[in-house]
This record gives sequence, C-alpha cells and structure tokens, in this order.
Amino acid sequence: MTALQAPPRLGITAGEIAQGRRRRTARRRLVVGVLAALIVAAFIVSLCVGQTTYSPREVLGVILGQDIDGASFTVGRLRLPRATLAVIAGLCFGIGGVTFQTMLRNPLASPDIIGISAGASAAAAFAIITLGLGATQVSIFAIIAGLGIALLVYGLSFKGGVVGTRLILIGIGIAAMLDSLTAYVLSKAAQWDLQEASRWLTGSLNGARWSEVVPVAIALAVLAPVLLTQSRNLSTSQLGDDAAAALGVRVERTRIIVIIAAVGLIAFATAAAGPIAFVAFLSGPIAARIVGPGASLLIPSALVGSLLVVTADFLGQYAFNVRYPVGVITGVLGAPYLVYLIVRTNRSGGSL
Amino acid sequence: MTTAHTLNALDLTVGYGDRTVVEGLDLQVPMGGISVIVGANACGKSTLLRAMSRLLAPRGGQVVLDGRAVHQTPAKELARTLGLLPQSPTAPEGITVADLVGRGRHPHQGLFSRWTPADDQAVADALTATETAALADRPVDELSGGQRQRVWIAMALAQQTDILLLDEPTTFLDVSHQLEVLDLLTDLNRSRGTTIVIVLHDLNLAARYADHLIALTDGRVHALGTPAEVLTEDTIRAVFGLDSRVVVDPTSNKPLMLPLGRHHTTTER
Repeated sequence: MTALQAPPRLGITAGEIAQGRRRRTARRRLVVGVLAALIVAAFIVSLCVGQTTYSPREVLGVILGQDIDGASFTVGRLRLPRATLAVIAGLCFGIGGVTFQTMLRNPLASPDIIGISAGASAAAAFAIITLGLGATQVSIFAIIAGLGIALLVYGLSFKGGVVGTRLILIGIGIAAMLDSLTAYVLSKAAQWDLQEASRWLTGSLNGARWSEVVPVAIALAVLAPVLLTQSRNLSTSQLGDDAAAALGVRVERTRIIVIIAAVGLIAFATAAAGPIAFVAFLSGPIAARIVGPGASLLIPSALVGSLLVVTADFLGQYAFNVRYPVGVITGVLGAPYLVYLIVRTNRSGGSL
Repeated sequence: MTTAHTLNALDLTVGYGDRTVVEGLDLQVPMGGISVIVGANACGKSTLLRAMSRLLAPRGGQVVLDGRAVHQTPAKELARTLGLLPQSPTAPEGITVADLVGRGRHPHQGLFSRWTPADDQAVADALTATETAALADRPVDELSGGQRQRVWIAMALAQQTDILLLDEPTTFLDVSHQLEVLDLLTDLNRSRGTTIVIVLHDLNLAARYADHLIALTDGRVHALGTPAEVLTEDTIRAVFGLDSRVVVDPTSNKPLMLPLGRHHTTTER
C-alpha cells in the first residue's frame, strides 16, 4: 500500500487504436473483395465451360437476351439458373450457418448439424414427393418445418438457460431422425429417381429452374439485410448474455430476430437445392480463419458459402467421370473438417 | 460529474423461476464513492446488481435511476449511464485486447454508424487507465487471470458510464491481483469520480476499500454505512451467522474481521 502516487503509466493514443482498427478493417475488406471476385470468376467459368464450351461473349449475349444457336438453351436454360442458384443458396447457407455458430458460440451449432436443414429438407421432400406441391408452397412448408425444428431443439435443450453442448447433442439426434424420415419419404415414392433422392439427402443443383431460384433470391434480399442490422448486436452477444445486456443489447429480441431470419434463409435455400452438406457448417470457420478474429463474419461467411457451392458444383459436374451432386463434393470436404474441428475444440474449448 | 445521478431500489422484489431472491429491498446507492456489497452466499448480491442494471425484471417495486425506472429506460440509453461487469463474461476466441475493449463502445454506436474518433479515444483512455496499453494487440486468450480481469474492466471503462457495477471482480485472482484490481477501481473512482458498486466476498478487503459498506441478508439491506459502522461483531453474526472478533487494522485504520471457528482459538469468546 505504498502506491499513494500512481506509478508512471504506459499509455496508448487514440491514433494508435484507430490504426490497429483500420488495419483489421482493411484486411476484412480485402478478403471480401477477393472472395467476391472469385465468385464472379467461378460463376463465369461455370457458365462458359461444360460439355460444350462457349465464349464469354456468347454467354453475355445469351444473358442480354440474344438468340444464339445452342447457347441459348444450354447456357440460358440450364447453366444460368443452376449457377445463379448455386451462388444464392451458398450465400444463404453461409450467412445462416455463421449466424447460428456465432449466436450459440460454438462452431458445431450450425443448422446442418443441429437438424434445421434436415427438417427443412424432410418437409420439402414430403411436400414435393408425397403432396406434389409447387415451389412456393414447398418453401413455406420448409420454412415452417425449419422454424419448428429450431424451436423444438431449443426447447428440449432449455434447462435454466441453453447450454451449447446439450443443444448440439439434441440437435444431432433430431437430425438423424429427420434424415430417416426423408429416406422413408423417398422410399415410398419409387418412381423418383436417384437424382431426386440425392437432392433431399445431400443437396443437388441438378435441374435447377428459375421458378426455384426466385423464392430463394427474394428470401435473401429480404432476410440478409435483417441479419446485417443485427450484426453488431450479435458480436456483442458473444461476450455472454449478461455482459451483452449490460452493454445495451436486447438479448432475447436479438436472438428471436436472428433465429427467424437465419432459419428462413436456410429453409428457402434447402427447399430449392436440398441441404447442401456442410456448407452452413464450413463457411463460418473458414471465414474466421481468413478474416482473423474480432471482425463480423456475416458477409465473409456468406461469400465463402457461395464460393464453396459454385466451385463444388462445377467440380461435381466435370472433374470426374461420373457427375456427382454438389452435396457429395461438399460432404467429402466437410466431413474431415468436422472431425478436425471436434478434435481441436476438445483441446482448446474454442468457439469459432 | 457523477454527483448528479441518483440510483435507488424501491421495495424491490426479484427472483428466478418460483424462487424469490430479493424481497422488498430498499436501497439508496451512495453516489460518488465506492460501495461494496457483502453478504452470505445466495443472499441476493448478484441478483440485486442484475436487477439494478435491467438484466432482471422486478416482480415488485422498481429500480429508479435519475427519477426514471430502469425497466422503462431504453437499453442503450441506460448503458450509457450505468455499466455492469458480470461475473464471468466470455471473450470470443482469438479476439485482441483492443478489439474486446472496443466492444464497450456498443451503447454509443448506432445501427450502422461508423467508428468515431471519440470511440478510439475512449478505448485508448481505458487501456491507459488499466495499464493494459502494452497488451493492446495481444489475444485475450493468452493473458494471465489478473491481466484478463484488467482488460474486462477496461472494456467496462470504455463504456464511459458514470456508475459502474462489478460482480465479484476479484474471484479466481490471487491476493496480490485482488489488491491490484481494487486499487485500480479506487484510482478510477478518485480520478474520474465514477460511482463504483462492487460485490465482494472478502470482508476485510471490502472494509478496506469501501467508502460505504452494504450488508445484505435474505434479500434485504441489513446495514449500510461506513466500514466501521457496518463491520461489527453483531452484524457479522447476523449476516453470516459467524462469531468473530473485529479489531482495527494497523495498516489502514479500517476494521479487520478475525473469524472464530471451533478450533485454534486461544482467546475467550
């Protein structure tokens, strides 16, 4: 207790703080820019390259509405909706996944692990195959099921607050049940081919049509901005519910908005493309590693998801002798990463 | 600047589930000084702090800050006047010290508003005041317990509130780091005039650092006053059910409590 006089202090200036912050922002901007450029490149390549390769000029002509022999059908009717759906669904899965992972402070808590994608998928498969509904009704069916599963998992794991681990284990159990439900629906409809089955089990973009793309695009345009308005609240919530509330975050309200928006995005994307395996789960952690800690991951993760889906779909179509649905490729990439993440989380107890 | 505020609990009743923890509590928080809340386990210390900072809705009565019920005050507005450092906040993996402290600026920032020079200045001041400036670019995960606690206090400081509540800020720290944290809080109170309310377990540290000592039992205020007024053998018996001797601490002239167990006691009770 001799310290009546404060010891000399090592200070820091606002300028240095601003500099550090700008450095991090610059890195994030660079990452976002590079990812966006890569998506555009992959999009163009997947439009031009295939069994028949068209020049970018021909492709641009088709997009602008010119009638070009051959290209108008292949590019305009087949490749363009498919690649567009790949980009949009990837954005939805990427941003929806990282939202859950951030909110629940655990990378395993992504919608494709805890049963939300499986619920939307089972509902969509049931609506299309058993009930024979159209695209809009299927989306509504899927989103209701997704929200219902989210509520169910949340409710079952609620015991004086939600603990991440319990929620994940319950979610995995429910996902397994829903997957078998999907398999059951598929087995009951014998006239459906393997392509359709793979769509609802692992996700596929085969036969993508504009009528499927439009609902997802609208969902993205409406719900992604909603999530972005919650971005700062979401980052602050990572400090724990009490600390976030003390900083002026309305924790419950943020949670409800975010869950509805994220489940909506996942469900719409799933209704169109199936639960493309592991994209929601992979995008956030990959984005976190590229962007570095501390920054908001919503946009980087959305872009990573999009790039993953576009690239994986392209590889699945042309890199092998057999055409694989996109979910098979992302699944092959994702499963080892899941194992790695569980091993690493065991060691460090880390969050994202 | 802080003397203008008033923070009162009026007939406050708070609880969790079907358990009532705080019942009919009246408290006028003394402004401008350091108040320390003491009491036995589960007597409602943390609950009181959480209710005062709007984290728990009261079942009865209210908490009034500057004449306005805190539960009717918008969350961000309240968070610009009243800060709370909870018991165990979590640092996102890999986050740097400067980044974490920057999170304290949340109530001062709008939906999409840009980071302002005032924000940078607040973070710089908070790091300087807590002597964590040298750690600014280090990941929080790598810090020692004492350093980490100072960083959390820095985050609460960056919030720039006139009133700061801290829930057991010295838990898990060894004795020298406990003193370090309490010295730091005293510095802040003396230099900035921040009203500080701390929940502490250690009665002797509480008596040494408190301007005002608040003893809680069963969710009510049992005694409020200077440490010499509150830390008496009678109060300790009433609040903790413990026999003790209270002597004057020769190093600080504050009361010092010596607990009497069933063993190892040489003096007559």
